[in-house]
Amino acid sequence: MSLKDRKRNVGEAMKKRYLLLTLIVLSAVSLFIGVSSISPLDLLNVQSEETQIFLISRLPRLVAILLAGAGMSISGLIMQQLSRNKFVSPTTAGTLDATKLGILVSMLVFANAAMLEKMAVAFAFAIAGTFLFMQILDRIKFKDAIFIPLVGLMFGNILSSITTFFAYKADVIQNMSAWLQGDFSMIMKGRYELLYISIPIIIIAYFYANRFTVAGMGEDFSKNLGLAYRRVVNIGLILVALITVTVVLTVGVIPFLGLIIPNIISIFKGDHLQKTLPHTALLGAIFLLVCDILGRVVIYPYEISISLMVGVIGSGIFLYLLFRRKKYA
Amino acid sequence: MIEVLSLSKFYGKKAVVEDVSVTIQPGKITSFIGPNGAGKSTLLSMVSRLLDADTGEVLIDKADARKMKSNEFAKRVSILKQSNYMNVRLTIRELVSFGRFPYSKGRLTDEDERIVDQSLEYMHLTDMQDQYLDELSGGQRQRAFIAMVIAQDTEYILLDEPLNNLDMKHSVQIMKILRRLVDDLGKTVVIVLHDINFASVYSDWIVAMKDGRVVKNGPTEDIIQSDALKEIYDMDIPIQKMDGCRICVYFNS
Repeated sequence: MSLKDRKRNVGEAMKKRYLLLTLIVLSAVSLFIGVSSISPLDLLNVQSEETQIFLISRLPRLVAILLAGAGMSISGLIMQQLSRNKFVSPTTAGTLDATKLGILVSMLVFANAAMLEKMAVAFAFAIAGTFLFMQILDRIKFKDAIFIPLVGLMFGNILSSITTFFAYKADVIQNMSAWLQGDFSMIMKGRYELLYISIPIIIIAYFYANRFTVAGMGEDFSKNLGLAYRRVVNIGLILVALITVTVVLTVGVIPFLGLIIPNIISIFKGDHLQKTLPHTALLGAIFLLVCDILGRVVIYPYEISISLMVGVIGSGIFLYLLFRRKKYA
Repeated sequence: MIEVLSLSKFYGKKAVVEDVSVTIQPGKITSFIGPNGAGKSTLLSMVSRLLDADTGEVLIDKADARKMKSNEFAKRVSILKQSNYMNVRLTIRELVSFGRFPYSKGRLTDEDERIVDQSLEYMHLTDMQDQYLDELSGGQRQRAFIAMVIAQDTEYILLDEPLNNLDMKHSVQIMKILRRLVDDLGKTVVIVLHDINFASVYSDWIVAMKDGRVVKNGPTEDIIQSDALKEIYDMDIPIQKMDGCRICVYFNS
């Protein structure tokens, strides 16, 4: 089979209905894997312990995975489009690290604040960090595909070390690391609902899809088509920051997801956002779900945290993309 | 008609474009020529509103360009810059469809689809419309961008060095297409060119710039003269007439 044929076959498999089918099957699998065995029949009895576990733990976990997977992938997609670089994502542009710093500040300064207030502080930091990165990007004349994410990683590491320093001083390192590691095992009813914010954000992103695509072709190009370039970029970055903050606050940091999923879709489906946004969201959810199921099965009855699973699988795929993309990224 | 009225652009104290006034005649190809750094591209960017002018104004059919809504402006004037840096993976058809963005914001009507079809047909891209831009040769990609500009359906089409990185065959192809846009569809084309012979053979009007100022401005046959070229390029360039074309033989002057 030639490369082109193979590509077409994979592209065929990336059709929305196949992705949706895969997602539904995996979701069902996910609901019935865990330490306490629950069978679909148990659910017929509404009062049973199994049903309670199902409603308090399993279902919220699934919803959280789907929303986080779709959300992080889409925020990566938007960032890559707006920065015009395939290797930029919340992980490689300092957004995640700025969010962590924001969470630390909210923990130290506004210790008694409610979740929503903490979110507002974290959001302010996430948006400031992302804008700062875009400003740096504007000033770099040498726009090499690999160089820019490296700058982003360095920028993120600087923010991260500031966070660690103050966390250490305030003796909250332990507390912080709970945010740093993405983990779905703590997701329960009442602790994940913040994630629902990403649903309207994804819908807004879909309405802006065409504008993001045009903006991705550059400022001059956008202006030629009468697009308010700056405004569209700013809206995009705000959406990205919002999604990132809700995910980090509820689940924790999930690396690589925003990087690899949009790239895989881009290879097979191109960059027309209005067409690829649904695919990106679906594949992101599927990928995260697979990682979560594996993490729960590999050392059963214990589990491996999602950030480790995604980190291991994701970095492998990322390396592959890096070598593959080199020629035209 | 595009009227440029004493337009200037300064970077620090240095004037890149200084007090330039020039009128672009409708239904013609006007070429901007001149040495590197003469301010041709900067001028074109200001006319197309990509760059703010420091002084002066641009009138599009007597209306102040700055006061037009960006969407309305995009229906009247289109500009294609020399953009080799483009890593968005779109198919030719998707790119050309974005030419209709000022009209439909991406939700294409039947009328839009029809115009996209026509533009593809016009640039002989119909057969390859589903190929991705990053899989094309330089000439094909340039044709795809021009097809997008055609779909944008503006009266004024501004092109900044569209022949850059193209071989002879594709350069001639692009210039012939621009000629047809003017002769068949009545468009007004303004183009920055480096190759003076392409300017000589294909344009109706030539504006020559040097050090940010207009030094010559007139019909092609008035500018393609040894004495005028001497003033523009500081070179003695003999002119040969061949088949009704005036060719500048600058290679050993």
